[in-house]
Amino acid sequence: MVDVTHPLRSAAAPAAPAAKTGLNRLMRRRSSVAFLMCLPLIVIITSLVIYPAGYSMFLSTLNKAQTKFVGLDNFRFLLKRDVFLMVVWQSAIFAITAVLFKALIGLVTAHLVNNLPAKGQRKWRGMLLVPWVIPLALSTLSWWWLFDPTHSAFNYVIEAFGGEPIAWLGNPYWARFSVILVNVWYGAPFFLIMYLAALKSVPEQLYEAAKIDGANAWQQFIHVTLPMMRNIIAITVLFSLIVTFANFDIVQIMTAGGPRNMTHVFATYAFLLGIRSGDIPLGASVSLFMFPILAISAVFILRGVRKRGREIG
Amino acid sequence: MADVALRDVVKRFDNVEAVRQISLDIPDKEFVVLVGPSGCGKSTTLRMIAGLEEASAGDILIDGEKVNDVPPKDRDIAMVFQNYALYPHMTVFENMSFGLRLRRFPKAQIRERVEHAAKILDITDLLDRRPKQLSGGQRQRVAMGRAIVRNPKVFLFDEPLSNLDAKLRVQMRTEIKRVHQKVKTTTVYVTHDQVEAMTLADRVVVMNGGRIEQIGTPQELYHHPKTRFVAGFIGSPAMNFVPARLETNGSGLSLRVSDKYAFPVPATRTERYRPHVGKDLTFGLRPEHITEPRGEGRDPRSEFTVNLDVVEPMGMETMVFFTVGNTEVCSRVEPSAASGPGEPMRLYANLNHMHLIDPANDQVL
Repeated sequence: MVDVTHPLRSAAAPAAPAAKTGLNRLMRRRSSVAFLMCLPLIVIITSLVIYPAGYSMFLSTLNKAQTKFVGLDNFRFLLKRDVFLMVVWQSAIFAITAVLFKALIGLVTAHLVNNLPAKGQRKWRGMLLVPWVIPLALSTLSWWWLFDPTHSAFNYVIEAFGGEPIAWLGNPYWARFSVILVNVWYGAPFFLIMYLAALKSVPEQLYEAAKIDGANAWQQFIHVTLPMMRNIIAITVLFSLIVTFANFDIVQIMTAGGPRNMTHVFATYAFLLGIRSGDIPLGASVSLFMFPILAISAVFILRGVRKRGREIG
Repeated sequence: MADVALRDVVKRFDNVEAVRQISLDIPDKEFVVLVGPSGCGKSTTLRMIAGLEEASAGDILIDGEKVNDVPPKDRDIAMVFQNYALYPHMTVFENMSFGLRLRRFPKAQIRERVEHAAKILDITDLLDRRPKQLSGGQRQRVAMGRAIVRNPKVFLFDEPLSNLDAKLRVQMRTEIKRVHQKVKTTTVYVTHDQVEAMTLADRVVVMNGGRIEQIGTPQELYHHPKTRFVAGFIGSPAMNFVPARLETNGSGLSLRVSDKYAFPVPATRTERYRPHVGKDLTFGLRPEHITEPRGEGRDPRSEFTVNLDVVEPMGMETMVFFTVGNTEVCSRVEPSAASGPGEPMRLYANLNHMHLIDPANDQVL
């Protein structure tokens, strides 16, 4: 035990200066050592996350010139603007559909990869992770090129089959589809790798027991795989929801919120208002709007995770 | 309720033959134990009966029907796994009723069957708990309950007690025997523990290296092993094996185990052993048949004196170890009769229980 002071040792060194024994005692306590070891991280998080978050909260209560305290006026103003309400709606659609498809595709590919023979599996796993590994800005530029009005590779293929070319990023609905598509392409490998790990952690004997109990493949999935993966699914969905809600790069590079503001999400709209238009307090208010939505969903999801964790263990 | 039969069943994994052409008939209601050292193919055999492994050759029959191509779910079997394989997200009730729910049994009947099985296993109070909240022994009971409620044709047990501590293992062993006496379902039980095999089985199948060494009742295996492997595997502590040679001694035979010791072969066995006079043989005798001189009508020529190397008191009896030639020999003696280590002790070899093994083919003569 680290935190037990040895009586003989302290009796043998009575002359040690008080400050030193104080430090010794502090170091002997596990919790203080743990705290000291976490300190660098705490400092980083405080300076890079908590301070900016607090500062943006402060900013959101100021007027455009940042000279006057206006309370919640910025939020009141935003809630009256149609464009902002549209951004809330679009962010929700963007995040929810993207996460849904990422999770679905991740789950299906994880099953496919898991059923591959062990030899080829590593190769496939590596290849399928590529979208997640290359810098998002670069891959988004390639996608943007694929969607380009005149040089679109997709349109080339469509036209080769006699179809009408599509204005991928010019038509607001196709533009929404395109940014979601790129987000799914980018995010699905993360789900794949998490679900693959989860699948591998389900004991093989549970499937054997289920087979003997009379379960077919689908019933094994419903009654064994899914329940065993529920926690990892909940956590990945929550994590991905947070990241996708806050996504900036894909929308900014592909459409910059257009056409007609119909692909804006919180981050790009905050950027537009705060940096492009110079109303930093208003931009800060937009970015803060995500916070309560995500906080509430996090509370609910994590509560379920803890409950199941206790049950299954 | 059904019989199970294996006909020349082979299982190959890549290039390794795990099970080599075994045939076995298990009549209805019998409790058969497959026993053998690890890697002998016993679990693979069980898993082939379950349908979790495909037989590479040969036929598996349940109730007279060939089931090689029948998936496990349609074989109407139930299996208890070594690590229980309970569904952690389900309660005990849900675990036990899972098979019935999949088969769409009416709710009332499910409840009735689960409660009946729970009563047999004395786990009625645990039905609302989850596996995590149960002890090892309780989980084992639930795993058995899951098998019982199905009322299957065959029970399969895959080393079900090896995850339990020694005391609980003995307790659950009795429990399994009690359950089998109540429900009387054909049972195939795999274990590497010969004590478990002997205590539970109607018939024991001893396996080694993917082959069946011998099939028989526990008593048959103990008293009449057919091979050296069975002789050495069954019984604890294991049978002593000492190199020996048969010599003619007047009208009878005597067995010379060293320059110093020769024992008279019982008259009942002389005819059986006479053809092997002069050959190098292995003499097998269980520790319980080497004792301090006791019993009426013993042949005084079978008594001998040795210096003990090690003495292990067990309470009820004492194991003493000594060397004959280069072989260490174990003997079970009355604690009060045992000398100390290094001291001489008078012992008696009861050759009525002797075995002679031909070292050329390891068959018992």
